[in-house]
Amino acid sequence: MSAEAISTVEKAKPASEPLFSKKNRKLINNPLDADNPITVQVLGVCSALAVTVKLIPTLYMCISVTLVVALSNLLISLMRKVIPSRIRIIVQLLVVASLVAVVDQMLQAYAYDVSKQLSVFVGLIITNCIVMGRLEAFALANKPWPSVLDGIGNGLGYSMILIIVAFFRELLGSGSLFGYKVLGENYLGNGVLMSPVGACIALGLLIWAQRARNGYTEEA
Amino acid sequence: MSKLNKNSNGYIFGFALLVILFCGILLSAVSGALSEKQKTERELERKKFILKSALGTAIDGKDKLAISELYDKIVEEKVLNGDGSVNPDVKVTEVNLRKEYKKLDNKTGLLPKGTEISLPIYLVKNEQSGDVEYYVMPMYGFGLWDNIWGYIALKSDLNTVEGVVFDHKGETPGLGARITEEKVQSRYKGKQIFDQSHSLVSVVMQKGEGNDYASDPHSVDGMSGATLTGKGVNIMLDNYMKLYQPYMESKMKKD
Repeated sequence: MSAEAISTVEKAKPASEPLFSKKNRKLINNPLDADNPITVQVLGVCSALAVTVKLIPTLYMCISVTLVVALSNLLISLMRKVIPSRIRIIVQLLVVASLVAVVDQMLQAYAYDVSKQLSVFVGLIITNCIVMGRLEAFALANKPWPSVLDGIGNGLGYSMILIIVAFFRELLGSGSLFGYKVLGENYLGNGVLMSPVGACIALGLLIWAQRARNGYTEEA
Repeated sequence: MSKLNKNSNGYIFGFALLVILFCGILLSAVSGALSEKQKTERELERKKFILKSALGTAIDGKDKLAISELYDKIVEEKVLNGDGSVNPDVKVTEVNLRKEYKKLDNKTGLLPKGTEISLPIYLVKNEQSGDVEYYVMPMYGFGLWDNIWGYIALKSDLNTVEGVVFDHKGETPGLGARITEEKVQSRYKGKQIFDQSHSLVSVVMQKGEGNDYASDPHSVDGMSGATLTGKGVNIMLDNYMKLYQPYMESKMKKD
């Protein structure tokens, strides 16, 4: 009897797995910290340096990237059984590029000022290693729902780092937050933090802090 | 039915074709649906820049609709030929500033002889009396990395600068990109483009920052760390003042 009970439990398990089971929650939590795409995997650094001068454009960038990763993960996961393996990379690229073009068009129509500030970096989401990396590493081998979660998780992990960097760059670089002067009118600003060099330093410190806390070391 | 061979050439071609078709249709649909909205956004920015250069902070905080209404009420649009005469057949929205800019000689910045050019000009009128208060002229040029552009508003004497607005595509944030800041743009207010003998000298942004040019009507304080962007701005301003010079001189003679 006990053997039968176990087998039914095992059979029933895949169907009744809750949407936010422990395994699925891990898909979101992991990229936020232990497996962060920027600080641990050091992917997507280009845009992290380029668009973090001010918080508002950074937020739009974060939303855009998260949307693109989640949706492309979903689409590729849905197609994973029919994509011919020989052209899988180009198919992924096509899906990502289309989604990015849609996002870019939307920004131009509904957030014109921000889209001007982000300029070329929206288009460059296509080449963001996080997106293609997640497609190759996760979506091609997993079901749609976990893939979406994985995409959102990685998008949030990316967003978290960008927002932290942008917070310090805007605060110390131009003395404001979300465009509002918080350090007083007389604050002169810090030119280094406004330039990508400052972003590189800020990001480096962040990576250092996070790795020191988690005791992470690069594998030789 | 036998299972499809996923690695056969036929399957690969068929699959690629389907995906491409799908993406193509999606993109053209999105682009078609949004193009009107994008066009109005660009139009609105143009109107905002023109009003901003002439009226300054008075238009800050106004919403899109108010700006559009004010623009339609007080701005008269005209397109000039290279000799300063008005071309009634062309609308300002039909002029592509970038294309017109490309007609200028690379080295001298002058319009080569015999080349036709369309120059938009905006006459900003007093809301009550209807008299022309400001002449707003668009400009286009090249900064350090990429194109820069802007508008300059001259008072009705066609000499004193009321205000400028600059924008750019890819100048360095915190350095050259500061041309978009009000702090930098306000330095142009009250400067003059003609000297006392009525020859064109334009307004030149100097090297270095923090100097006082209050007594010099043709110089403005520079941007530290962005001398080359400043140079681009100077060249742009000089080029376009020369282009509009025939119009300005014909106007001044009439008065």
